[in-house]
Amino acid sequence: MTSTFMSDTWVIARRGLKHMRRQPEALSDATIQPVMFVLLFAFVFGGAIAVPGGGSYKEFLMGGIFAQTIVFGAFGVAMSLSADRNNGAIDRFHSLPIPRASVLAGHSVANLIRALLPIAFMTATGFVVGWRIHSGFLDVLGAYGLMLGFSFAIIWIGVLLGSLVSTPEAVQGVAFIAIFPITFIASTFVPTSTLPGVLKTIAEWNPTSSLANSLRHLFGNPGGIAPPGSVWPIAHPIAYTLIWAVGIIVVCAPLAVLQYQRSIKS
Amino acid sequence: MTENAIEAHGLVKRYGDKRALDGVDLDVARGAVCALLGPNGAGKTTAVRVLTTLTAPDAGTATVAGHDIARDPVSVRRSLGLAAQDATVDGLLTGHENLTMIGELHHLGRKVARERANALLEQFSLTDARDKLARDFSGGMRRRLDLAATLVARPEILFLDEPTTGLDPRARNDLWDVLDQLVAQGSTILLTTQYLEEADRLADDIVVVDHGRVIARGDSRALKRQVGGDQLHVVVADGADLDAVAEIVARIAGVAPTVDAGARSVSAPAEGGVAAIAELAHALTEAQIRVEDLGLSQPTLDDAFLTLTGTPAPVSGDAEPEPQPDDETEIVEQTR
Repeated sequence: MTSTFMSDTWVIARRGLKHMRRQPEALSDATIQPVMFVLLFAFVFGGAIAVPGGGSYKEFLMGGIFAQTIVFGAFGVAMSLSADRNNGAIDRFHSLPIPRASVLAGHSVANLIRALLPIAFMTATGFVVGWRIHSGFLDVLGAYGLMLGFSFAIIWIGVLLGSLVSTPEAVQGVAFIAIFPITFIASTFVPTSTLPGVLKTIAEWNPTSSLANSLRHLFGNPGGIAPPGSVWPIAHPIAYTLIWAVGIIVVCAPLAVLQYQRSIKS
Repeated sequence: MTENAIEAHGLVKRYGDKRALDGVDLDVARGAVCALLGPNGAGKTTAVRVLTTLTAPDAGTATVAGHDIARDPVSVRRSLGLAAQDATVDGLLTGHENLTMIGELHHLGRKVARERANALLEQFSLTDARDKLARDFSGGMRRRLDLAATLVARPEILFLDEPTTGLDPRARNDLWDVLDQLVAQGSTILLTTQYLEEADRLADDIVVVDHGRVIARGDSRALKRQVGGDQLHVVVADGADLDAVAEIVARIAGVAPTVDAGARSVSAPAEGGVAAIAELAHALTEAQIRVEDLGLSQPTLDDAFLTLTGTPAPVSGDAEPEPQPDDETEIVEQTR
């Protein structure tokens, strides 16, 4: 059985990737949407937002949009999983002689690969609108590694969501109410220092901020160096982001697997 | 290895305080076609889900192809093909990709999986739809693809959960022909259906279930007999002859017949079977009565169904939308 786990996972992952290719509307979340955000914020809002310490807003923006898109990644997994739970695909897989874990693993692998797509698209768009990297090779490697690692963590939030919520439509609702604000009450588009009172505190401790700030730091972009006297997450964005990534995996992955098993049991 | 392809004893499955299965025993011989017949919410789908290891029973035991569903679920899965209630083909994969994927997950290897996929597409007249996405298939094509998918690994036992629900009569007939072929090839099939004529047409054994219990079993003739024997049936051309005919029928049948003036018909239970009908025909000719219809009729399975379950048989033949499996347990409660 265990010997087939990898190959079965890959068969199911390939199916997931085909699904993505053939659902332009779902794929647009991962391609057009982040590109649109880059263009909108760079050209429409960009002029009105000042970067503390000076520097180009376009360069400030990129870290934020990378972070936002990665957090949005939870969506895709949750959608595909709840769709499968609803249309009987999970039952079909479970009637086959495969390790049942490979169904979930296949979804995860497909979505991890899918997460690479918007990152690549945004990188290209960023370069077109004037984003530049001002750091060394290892820092850049670190930046992309961090994105991938955080994407992996986020997938488990998606699995948990997809197992908890009954329909793809409900997933959309939850995502809009929960995930959307999380990515905005953060340093995604504006520096946290500009936010008022409670929002500022939330934004400072929001891992979306620390991920964005880490990327800014690793790319050598504006906003990547914390002003003196910042709270710990702002002063140590990479460490804080890694703690969150590990925390999410340690907490959410077992919960997600448990909830998934419960959701398919009856 | 046991003699039977499927053996179940005392299967119980509860959802909350509802008993979807309430002590079901089932034996299906190798090579036999068994129909689980019952209304919506009777527990048919739950029985299939338990036997295909998709859900564990709360009590009872079962073996499928000689493998215990609880102790050796993987061997069970290896020996079965399941077509679930709502044709779970993958709409975003092509016909060929759907079948290949199932083959690969049965570990046939990619090459064999592809060859089998092609052969099955041909067998099920789906070659033209080979590279079309399954979401663009018609209902009948989806069912055929679903059925093909269950056959990829050449399983010993097929579980078909309401294989023709939602199909128009023509597509249903096509699918029946396909099922006939499978039966001729000697597959063991457990199918569920709400349609009496489907059970009648396809199955050797019919197991009538209602409220999670088996309430009758046997072939269709035996089930009909459980409701009552043959009936003599005469329809006259002229209503004025009814009394005379009733008298003749009473003499032959030995009991007072039922007379329906509106339908100009006389009917009575016939002990003598074919001999009785010959005698009746002779007597009617002698009395010079013009007869529109004369016959010996068995009660229909619909009658049997009504008598056994206490609920009218579902209307067959149209494409009603099918409630989701999740609804099933709710319906159980409603009808209680």
